[in-house]
Amino acid sequence: MLDGAARARWQNRLLFALLLAPAVVWLGGLIVLPHVELAILSFRERVGPRHYVPSLAQYATFFTEPLYWHVFVRTAWLSIVATLLTLLVAFPIAWIIAKLLRGRAGTTLFMLCLIPFWVSETVRTLGWMILLRESGVLPALLVRLGITPVPVELLYHDATLLVGLVYTSMLFMLIPLVSSLESLDDSLIEAAYDLGANGVDVLRRIVIPHAAPGITAGCIIVFMLTLGNYLTPTLLGGKNSQWFTEQIYTQFITRFNWEEGAAFGFLLLGLSTAIVLVGLRLTGQSFGAVMRDSR
Amino acid sequence: MSATLPAGASDLAADAVVKRFANHVAVDGLSFSVARGSFFSILGPSGCGKTTLLRMIAGLIEPDAGDIAIGGRSMRGIAPNRRPVNMVFQQLALFPMMSVGENVEFGLARRGMKAAERRRRSEAMLERVGLAGAAGKRVDELSGGQRQRVAIARSLVLEPTLLLLDEPLGALDLKLREHMKIELKQLQAAFGTTFVYITHDQSEALVLSDRVGVMNRGRFEQVGTPQDLYYRPQTPFVAGFVGANNRIVGRAGASGDDGTIVVTTPAGWTIRGIPQGPLRPGDGVEAFVRPEAMSLARHPADLPAQQPRHAGVVESLLFDGANSAVLLHEATTQCALRIALPQTGRYADLKPQEHIAFSFDAALVSCFPERGARA
Repeated sequence: MLDGAARARWQNRLLFALLLAPAVVWLGGLIVLPHVELAILSFRERVGPRHYVPSLAQYATFFTEPLYWHVFVRTAWLSIVATLLTLLVAFPIAWIIAKLLRGRAGTTLFMLCLIPFWVSETVRTLGWMILLRESGVLPALLVRLGITPVPVELLYHDATLLVGLVYTSMLFMLIPLVSSLESLDDSLIEAAYDLGANGVDVLRRIVIPHAAPGITAGCIIVFMLTLGNYLTPTLLGGKNSQWFTEQIYTQFITRFNWEEGAAFGFLLLGLSTAIVLVGLRLTGQSFGAVMRDSR
Repeated sequence: MSATLPAGASDLAADAVVKRFANHVAVDGLSFSVARGSFFSILGPSGCGKTTLLRMIAGLIEPDAGDIAIGGRSMRGIAPNRRPVNMVFQQLALFPMMSVGENVEFGLARRGMKAAERRRRSEAMLERVGLAGAAGKRVDELSGGQRQRVAIARSLVLEPTLLLLDEPLGALDLKLREHMKIELKQLQAAFGTTFVYITHDQSEALVLSDRVGVMNRGRFEQVGTPQDLYYRPQTPFVAGFVGANNRIVGRAGASGDDGTIVVTTPAGWTIRGIPQGPLRPGDGVEAFVRPEAMSLARHPADLPAQQPRHAGVVESLLFDGANSAVLLHEATTQCALRIALPQTGRYADLKPQEHIAFSFDAALVSCFPERGARA
């Protein structure tokens, strides 16, 4: 027979376990198990019908085939550029929402940034296509204004791809930036001015150091989303702007080469992890502190 | 004194400064000057415009009209980072992303001073405020009083003409506040910098200042030494705001030969006092008499012989050591009064409902024309 205290403790533990269970099932069943399966797939080679041997051939293919290589590096590079562009665009907006427009006006602007996310990414991207394709709105406008003699194709360029990626990522940069800028006490900015600082000093010495965890959190989220994005590069970049996720899709679906696809998946995972760690190291942030402060 | 100061000797001069916000006038045509090296306080209730005034001096907001001169130079159109003024903020606003030393060096670095010289000066300054060796500490490792000193050091290291302090003691607990009051006064004396201090706490203003401006609704009611404000208030607002005071409202009666007039409350209690302004019989009067200006006695015969005697009934005793007082009402008219207990501890045993006699000198009763009745 359990006494009262032991019984209460046992009940607490049961409650804790029950509350945690959905997260454990989700993480274990949908993240860990498939990755274990994919890891096994990526380290084997098909030598005959239904006959597989352990091998590093999938990874070797990646390093020996220049196309894969190029797309991999391009994807990483454009993701970094898209992340930095998103930061540059989002920072002034976050500043306006957090510091200049208080109350209703700030909330309204924030809502305006949120509204595009009420429709699916596919619809949003198709919207861009309607605007930018050769027979679309913007090329027609350029002809009407006499800037170009004939409609030009604005889709399928790296620049178009970047526009789409920045647009898709904005909100995920905006949210941590606004919350970190809102927590910046205005008197710190006034005190810096009062002590002789100019606008650049205030930004460099006060605002950015204060917002650093928010900036880092936003950059990590946007970088991960961009690197793993499939829809936007496929629709806006087309065949001219290959994205590494398209390679993975091709291996799994078109070529039915699950082993190669799994290897590519792990390479992408390794790449994003490596770049995030390098980014954290370069800016002197720690992952734990970023996740703690940006909440 | 302030009106006749030569321009060279005043570190701060405001001339008809006005600041309006959407629906009210925060600062309404203020003019005053602060002598070099003095401690000037602006005392007023919250919302009286004192913070707005301080922010205009610092340059964080621009006046709508009028001019502010610092060290004899007009500050119109000069940005806060170019003014010879530094400010200690209400919440101190120390930079949490920097060490104590970096906080103190911040202003020097903005002036382009070399790192070695910066370090030397900031360490010397920290030593002067009693924080030697704290340069490497983080701001959140310091106690409230130490932060206060860092905030002051951070400003004074720039050797400003004027140091502005925006209720810097407000966030501290009572004991520390009392301690920091003394420390601020000593720091000001040691550095000789002109301090402009704003507060809603009349005790801070009285203890610290050489001169105090009592501010109400965007205007100065009175500017003077703490003693002036306390003993010779010029307006009913000052009489009621600075120090504890008994306010007795009534109607003016006949003037006596000794310069006093009779004041009769609506309930019919009659006292005498000195008129402070034109009062004709029948005018509304606000009379003020300090709690410590009144004498208490259990037997009327023990009261000073030449003073009119009154009878009262004790309501409650507020025991607070040397600041103890008794709340009572006049026996027939119920007029409520606060009377300080003698420091000897006599009458500390008064009980509610006890009958007691009290008196006061008519010369210590200030009678003002009733507010609102004035043109």
